[in-house]
Amino acid sequence: MSAVMITRKVRKWEKLPGKNTFCCDGRVMMARQKGVFYLTLFLIVGTCSLFFAFECPYLAVHLSPAIPVFAVFLFFFVIAMLLRTSFSDPGVLPRALPEEATFIEMEIEAANGNVPAGQRPPPRIRNVQINNQIVKLKYCYTCKIFRPPRASHCSICDNCVDRFDHHCPWVGNCVGKRNYRYFYLFTMTLSLLTIYIFTFNIVHVVMREYPVLVCFFTLWSVVGLTGFHTYLISLNQTTNEDIKGSWSGKNRVQNPYSHKNIIKNCCEVLCGPTYPSVLDRRGLTKEELSASASNSSNPTPQTMNTSSREEQPPASKGPPLASPDTDAETALAKDKTH
Amino acid sequence: MEFPPGTLYKYIAVSNLTVCVCVCLIPPQFHNLQELRHSASLANKVFIQRDYSEGTTCKFQTKFHSELDSRIERSLFEDTVKTLNNFYAEAEKIGGQSYLEGCLACATAYLIFLCMETRYEKVLKKISKYIKEQNEKIYAPRGLLITDPIERGMRVIEISIYEDRGSSGSSSGSSSVSGSTAR
Repeated sequence: MSAVMITRKVRKWEKLPGKNTFCCDGRVMMARQKGVFYLTLFLIVGTCSLFFAFECPYLAVHLSPAIPVFAVFLFFFVIAMLLRTSFSDPGVLPRALPEEATFIEMEIEAANGNVPAGQRPPPRIRNVQINNQIVKLKYCYTCKIFRPPRASHCSICDNCVDRFDHHCPWVGNCVGKRNYRYFYLFTMTLSLLTIYIFTFNIVHVVMREYPVLVCFFTLWSVVGLTGFHTYLISLNQTTNEDIKGSWSGKNRVQNPYSHKNIIKNCCEVLCGPTYPSVLDRRGLTKEELSASASNSSNPTPQTMNTSSREEQPPASKGPPLASPDTDAETALAKDKTH
Repeated sequence: MEFPPGTLYKYIAVSNLTVCVCVCLIPPQFHNLQELRHSASLANKVFIQRDYSEGTTCKFQTKFHSELDSRIERSLFEDTVKTLNNFYAEAEKIGGQSYLEGCLACATAYLIFLCMETRYEKVLKKISKYIKEQNEKIYAPRGLLITDPIERGMRVIEISIYEDRGSSGSSSGSSSVSGSTAR
């Protein structure tokens, strides 16, 4: 009776929790719902195709060939930024491994002391001081970590994302630390492209009295969005913080991340370092499938995951891992909604 | 010189006990990383948390945990963490070089990163080499192992504490975790 060990190499992205979809063997990472992203692509490519097909020949001949050439460059830049935003890792924080989760649980238990039976334990919050401002770090029950400042959990992708801005269905991905500048460049260049096409539509109409398709409403929404993000960048804020009113100024709370200088803020967001992905998507795990080669009646294949990171132990010792139900703050929040 | 009959046995018992106790108190000596991996079992893990006092830049606390007290000198540990912090500060520095890199990359629609490594990635390679060197020279001989923070999402520096399988000593720390690696 001999056991045959077959080692099949599996990439780490196949084992990642969360609701992302991966393509090209882990090189591409997107949210699950991609319908609106395809619509975005279709709208951009469709409008530009119409422009190139119907207007550029006339404009190239009667005005200048530089007009369509510049439009082509702008179009490729927009598509490149869109794909970069949609396909890259927004800054997902990997979930805590069991030992780290247990370590944090024990620290929380030590900090809370003895909670009398029947009483809910206090909310899991860690206070840190950043540039003389107290910032509360919340505990994420899904990822089992205290979220770093400015990180937030995206319920659509089921991941904690660093410097979380928002989840954008138009690009089919979250917008976070790693892809915010590509998102901003996408909206800015798309605004430029839309204004460019719109302008030359008008010129063409004036010159030839030719009926054209004008994306008027798209123009204003994209330009508006670009303006909004320019405002956020100048203040070094995220959409998430703006919506929640984290640094709105009440209770003398100020944004500790702002350099108090518009140019410095813009430079940090747009020209800052290119952060690496901490999700090792293309690393290898090892799955060993052992099948007994004997003539036993029920060969039960046992899958034993021995990856470079340790997997869930069968019975972890330590305090039972709490859930939002046992936490005072989230329980109060739940009561309010009912 | 004659001793009463029972004294000799008592003497042997006491000396054996002393030796056993001494063996338990001396931390295991490993000569290299290979020896550590083959002859030691994981006893405990310590997680060095991030220090957010200066913002969201990557920096780790230099607070010395009690579990490491018996294993390594405070100054060596602090040196390691401070050097790592300096590496990360260098990677995340916003200055002339990062602007140049950002503008050049933007001008090429970020396609240049297909052939060029970013400054951050270069520093990460330096960090990885530094950690490997620290493990080999300082930490492994003391039965410790540092895990590169990038493998833990840059949230913590994980330091694994190993016990010699052959020693009769009990594992250190009251909170021993049962997640031992099967090697």
